[in-house]
Amino acid sequence: MTEKLMCELSIPGRVGFRFPDIDVPPSPLPERMIRDDLPLPELSEIDIVRYFTRLSQLNHGVDTGFYPLGSCTMKYNPKVNEKAARIPGFSKIHPLQPIETVQGALALMYQLQEWLKEIGGFAGVSLQPAAGAHGELTGVLIIRAFHRTQGDLSRTKILIPDSAHGTNPATSAMSGMQVVEIRSDKRGNVDIEALKGECDDTLAGLMLTNPNTLGLFDENVEEVIQLVHEAGGLVYGDGANMNALLGISRPGDLGFDVLHYNLHKTFSTPHGGGGPGSGPVGVADHLVEFLPHPIVDVIEEGDELIPPLFGFVTPMKSIGRVKSFHGHFGVIVRAYSYIRIHGADGLRNVSEDAVLNANYLLALLRDTYHVPYDRDCMHEFVMEGRWPDIPEVHALDISKRLMDFGFHPPTNYFPLIVPESLMIEPTETESKETLDAFADTLKRIAEEANSDSTILTTAPHKTPFGRMDEVKAAKELVLCCVPDYAKHAGE
Amino acid sequence: MYSPHTDADRQAMLKTIGVESIEKLFECLPKENLFPDLDLPAGLTELDMLTELEGIAWANDTTQELLSFLGAGAYNHYIPAVVDAILQRGEFYTAYTPYQPEISQGTLQAIFEYQSMVAGLTGMEVSNASHYDGATAVAEAVNMAYHVFRGKRPKVILSPSLHPHYLQTIQTYTDGSDIQLVAHDQTNEISSDPDWLLPLIDDSISLIVVGYPDFFGRVYDYTEMARVAHDSGALIAVTVNPLSLGLLKPPGEFGADIVTGEGQPLGIPLSFGGPYLGLFATRQEYVRKMAGRLAGETVDNRGQRAYVLTLTAREQHIRRDRATSNICTNQGLMALAATVYMSLLGKHGLRQVAELCYHKAHYAARIITSIPGYQLWSTAPFFNEFVVECFLPAEEVNRQLLERNIIAGYDLGQNYPDLKNHLLVAVTEMNTKEDIDTFMEALSEVEDD
Repeated sequence: MTEKLMCELSIPGRVGFRFPDIDVPPSPLPERMIRDDLPLPELSEIDIVRYFTRLSQLNHGVDTGFYPLGSCTMKYNPKVNEKAARIPGFSKIHPLQPIETVQGALALMYQLQEWLKEIGGFAGVSLQPAAGAHGELTGVLIIRAFHRTQGDLSRTKILIPDSAHGTNPATSAMSGMQVVEIRSDKRGNVDIEALKGECDDTLAGLMLTNPNTLGLFDENVEEVIQLVHEAGGLVYGDGANMNALLGISRPGDLGFDVLHYNLHKTFSTPHGGGGPGSGPVGVADHLVEFLPHPIVDVIEEGDELIPPLFGFVTPMKSIGRVKSFHGHFGVIVRAYSYIRIHGADGLRNVSEDAVLNANYLLALLRDTYHVPYDRDCMHEFVMEGRWPDIPEVHALDISKRLMDFGFHPPTNYFPLIVPESLMIEPTETESKETLDAFADTLKRIAEEANSDSTILTTAPHKTPFGRMDEVKAAKELVLCCVPDYAKHAGE
Repeated sequence: MYSPHTDADRQAMLKTIGVESIEKLFECLPKENLFPDLDLPAGLTELDMLTELEGIAWANDTTQELLSFLGAGAYNHYIPAVVDAILQRGEFYTAYTPYQPEISQGTLQAIFEYQSMVAGLTGMEVSNASHYDGATAVAEAVNMAYHVFRGKRPKVILSPSLHPHYLQTIQTYTDGSDIQLVAHDQTNEISSDPDWLLPLIDDSISLIVVGYPDFFGRVYDYTEMARVAHDSGALIAVTVNPLSLGLLKPPGEFGADIVTGEGQPLGIPLSFGGPYLGLFATRQEYVRKMAGRLAGETVDNRGQRAYVLTLTAREQHIRRDRATSNICTNQGLMALAATVYMSLLGKHGLRQVAELCYHKAHYAARIITSIPGYQLWSTAPFFNEFVVECFLPAEEVNRQLLERNIIAGYDLGQNYPDLKNHLLVAVTEMNTKEDIDTFMEALSEVEDD
């Protein structure tokens, strides 16, 4: 099934695209600045279309089948969103055009800021961050700037529960903070005693993923937040799991000071094989002045005859700019479309059905797989992919075997606090039939583990590719075909 | 809206769970403010939503409606139909990071192709799978160089002629670290040749960052700068417009250690500033210090050549608080767009479009400066963008031309008070000779009133 690389398919002289002829008198080229060779393939249009179409067919996507990848919210990506982002009035505007010529785009961004404020219960929102981890960085920089403004230079400690998202520790370190991990208690909540022990005057804040990566809502969330606040710290919310909370509970109401949203999870914008995402950040009143710039605002009020004039503003104590231009506008348009189609009732239904689906799967599976923190879950849950009497079978084997039945595996080996973990997030867009089929398959796999475990440990069998030699990849480190390009192309 | 459940489904599922209602599943949440009434407009059907959205979009003037000579980091290029046709394959855009290589070879092989083409285009040995954009890519380069020297060379020289957004982003990224930025605020030197930076290089410098072309469109040969940097043990990073590399000598040839860039010109729509694509390439010896994802070649257990994410031990989810970057989701689909674009244009097409941009821009520069009151600010070679010094503030020139549906360029006075009469003008293959002549005519009719 191996597809040849383009450098192997290339035929000298073949052309895939023609530009118009030059229509101006040519100018002399600066000869010593001109390159000799351009190591790119020479292929025709149909070669390219078939190559990438065939590659696409080697992928599993939400459009091909169930994708219960925990904490990634692989929900259906509505087709109309794609159409919306491609309206020329959105896709063909330059980010630096005079604001008078882009009032539609600015109005849309302003509206999305307002909606995200309302959904999360916050006083301000910046749409600039490019992804979840980028939103985290923005949030922690805001926390840092807040303490500095207060003259609190010693507050450099960030607490991160062991049930938090994987990017949180790296984010804090990148912001010049020291990371201290806080353990979870037996019910999967932040351990209050452990938290109290770290609440001192070096505390900058807590990064809380809630619901956490066990899929559990912290039963003591108000107390946790209160403890951090009393110690002078701020609470950062990792909003990657907001799909459980739309119209259910607002992080701002619970006392979170900062939160990032993942438009590519909660608000249905496609994951794109690893981006682009979008990670807007919402903040409470006392942090609005620290948001990264630019923010969209009304710069001239309108009246009955004239609409308001939108423009960009820079908050007073802004942490600065975190990327070029104004955020992932194309992603913002998709999220806008999604919220506009749903309205308040529709969004609440999203979260209700997401939580219903997760609890339903949990109910179907808890007798077959051990669920270490077994209580009502939110939008996802974590079970162990192992049985004490079958030590040769691991979560990885279960994951690989699922592929033979057309399912994408759950997130495995995360969170780290559950051994052999399988983190399952069905999302609201999956039907009861799909969930039933998935549960039946997992039960069948459990039986196979008992009867013939090698079918698991050698899986997958029906996919175009089998298990990979990861050691070879890391050891030999072949990262591109360019060094042999000329040779290949000449063959 | 997109939930397939009927009421009967919900009831059956609740029965299996053993609760009476969905609300019961939220009992562990604080009672206060539970189920808030969100103040959002009522939901719309797809048809009504699109109608409304088209109304909003109508309030924007597009690059199709305007005659635009605006660049400054984002460029209006033609995107061949093939690019979007491939991007709209659900198997590509509805997948996530290829954590499960057995069912993600499409994405993985495409990343491998992307890495190959970016390495070839920049003249470097390795490329990662992308950063968010040109600004964050160069900020990560600064971070990487600091870690290459384990903090022993705390200073980084930033040419003040880098894109202002890049400089601002680097400042935000390094604000919490021990990295000291040098030269970035010396805007009095922007008209100088970059050689003025050479005396600043010493053994406290980990990295020097320059633009190719720089923000003002100028193209310099950095061979000497790379030599001086290397002699003192420092690295040199070059931020590029990748499309210019269809024509220009790749930075790898003059000794760059890191090449970053804004990948938007490679088949990505302007889309009001994003999502774009951060390019990042370096030498093999720094591959373990580089942030971001990497696809590497291997074989599967059936002996087939295949690709996996490799060297993941560098990344945030493994190294946690010892990782040098927290990047996770990057710009996968945008990297795919650039891959398809570069594949389709290929060896000849990318050279052709780069030459079109070059010749049209030089034609524009020639005829604009033939009008009294307009002159070139710099005599340095340029690619497709140049600075015109006008007899009036650039803001006023733009205002008068906009009345004729022309965007003359980027008003440099917004960032550089000394350049308030200066326009940064970009020309691409989208601007015909007729467009350029119309532009010149409009400039010649600008009135000082």
